[in-house]
Amino acid sequence: MTRIISIACLLAGAVLLAGCPKKATTIQPSTAGKQVGGSASTAPGGGASTNGGPLGGDNGVNGAGGEGTGPLARKVIYFDFDKAEIKPEFADIVTLSAQNLTGHPNLKLKLEGNTDERGTREYNIGLGERRAQTVRRALMLQGVAETQITTVSFGAERPAAEGDDETAWARNRRVELVYLP
Amino acid sequence: MNRQLALMALIGLVMFCPRTWAELVVEVTKGQDDAIPIAIVPFSSPEEAAASFDVAQLVSDDLARSARFKSMARKDMIDQPHTGAKIGFDDWRRLSNDYILVGQLQPQGADRYNIVFELYNVLNRQRLLGYQISANKAGLRLASHQVADMVFEKIIGVRGAFATRIAYISVLGHLPSKTYQLMVADADGANPRVVMQSNEPLMSPAWSPDGQNLAYVSFEGRLPTVYVQLLKTGERHRVSARAGVNQAPAWSPDGRKLALTLSTREGNLDIYTLDLATQAVTRITDDPGIDTEPQWSKDGQSLYFTSDRAGGPQIYRVGVQPGDKPRRLTFQGSYNARPRLSPDDSQLAFVTQEDGAYRIATMDLRGRGDVLVLTRGHFDVSPSYAPNGAEIIYASRDRGRGVLALVSADGRVQERLVSSEGEVQEPAWSPF
Repeated sequence: MTRIISIACLLAGAVLLAGCPKKATTIQPSTAGKQVGGSASTAPGGGASTNGGPLGGDNGVNGAGGEGTGPLARKVIYFDFDKAEIKPEFADIVTLSAQNLTGHPNLKLKLEGNTDERGTREYNIGLGERRAQTVRRALMLQGVAETQITTVSFGAERPAAEGDDETAWARNRRVELVYLP
Repeated sequence: MNRQLALMALIGLVMFCPRTWAELVVEVTKGQDDAIPIAIVPFSSPEEAAASFDVAQLVSDDLARSARFKSMARKDMIDQPHTGAKIGFDDWRRLSNDYILVGQLQPQGADRYNIVFELYNVLNRQRLLGYQISANKAGLRLASHQVADMVFEKIIGVRGAFATRIAYISVLGHLPSKTYQLMVADADGANPRVVMQSNEPLMSPAWSPDGQNLAYVSFEGRLPTVYVQLLKTGERHRVSARAGVNQAPAWSPDGRKLALTLSTREGNLDIYTLDLATQAVTRITDDPGIDTEPQWSKDGQSLYFTSDRAGGPQIYRVGVQPGDKPRRLTFQGSYNARPRLSPDDSQLAFVTQEDGAYRIATMDLRGRGDVLVLTRGHFDVSPSYAPNGAEIIYASRDRGRGVLALVSADGRVQERLVSSEGEVQEPAWSPF
């Protein structure tokens, strides 16, 4: 039952993200038409169709191009409850994003920190900022210039999934990596 | 009716006991019996009332909502006097009423009414109040709340807060296209109106001490900005759009400053004050942890705030003079946040975590610092005191939906305010 719900949530998320005009505008300058929004199961259109853009090589690296499920296509790092540490399974997103940014110094990345709904709203803004800063520091440690990264925290105000359960909460505790046009 | 003006409906009055004493179930029954019996006689004849406004019904609803009063059903009234001279005191005493309110709604020509009313003690026939309030038709609701305020104060000894307002955030629609509205309504949920609407989140509404302005955070442009908006004209000013975090506005008691949460480039959140006239910013706290959710003391000399400098979030107090060292106030439990002071600074309301749930608790600031958990929900947050300190409004969840709820400051009485559409959150009770 839980699985069915989570699959339904993922599918719903895919539809929502695919249909979200905000996401559609987060297109990298040098890869017209390439989607950089999306989450694990989404990445509509994937990054595989491009060649020569900043992400072309990355798709080759992770070999998941056709499905658009590679670390860079996801662009979302998820966190444990009340935690701001980057879990090992998301380290490759950081590494590949850092390579992308250091290789293309004109790229600008916005890190949007989010939390689940539990707790007080303003304290959650702090937790979301802390998550975004963790990712920022990790990118800078891998050589990304400070000027390429900005952060914002939405706290619990911009959930990716609705619902008062762990399935929704897990999808909401996240940092979204958004390339600015 | 406009969908945006989703009417809030009062759906129930539930007596409830604080968790600490299971035997309070009995206490609660007693609490109901303790409610003061009062007869609020219809102010006009039925044909007159149909043409205008039912003052007595609104007064009766207000007093019932406070749970301090039990008002007599109209069908049980043997008589409907409109002046003190017509009250048959022996009859009303036999019907077990302690007090009786009588009055008239007198039309005074074009769009002008006088509400004339008298309050009597049934037992000794003493006249406690005799007043006249003038209003136009649109003002009758407010005037009736004022009648309830005067009755409440005369009998209970505490100023009534029925003629006040609440601000809150309403969220309509579903992902990915939500609409956020900053709303203001009467304290009973009536007359809701939209102050500000956005497709990006709005949060943390805060009333200026004079009740004329709201400060709030808006994410329009997908960045946080603090605005101050004058309610009468809708005119608004951007008061903080610095790089990083701009959050949690709180007005100083003199209305000249805002306490804010701002951040350094490294994302360190601390408490600052902003002088609204000079734009001067003063840093109040300096700690690597998250410092946020500031609230001023009544004398304007200290700020209460949330900090996780010791691990989990706890509540601290710091003086506004430079160099003062914050003092920790909460020690029970691993999560205590978002302090709000009662109007007389004697009590602190905050959010505490127990058994994995978030609930509203109070701490006695004058005595031994006793903590009392007042609510039983799982997502009870954002407490805000009524300006008379008698009640706390807060945000809760009911079957996955955001609702507003009220609890008396002693925890004995609880009620809910549910929006007919969408979700409501972050209530802020206006000053008098």
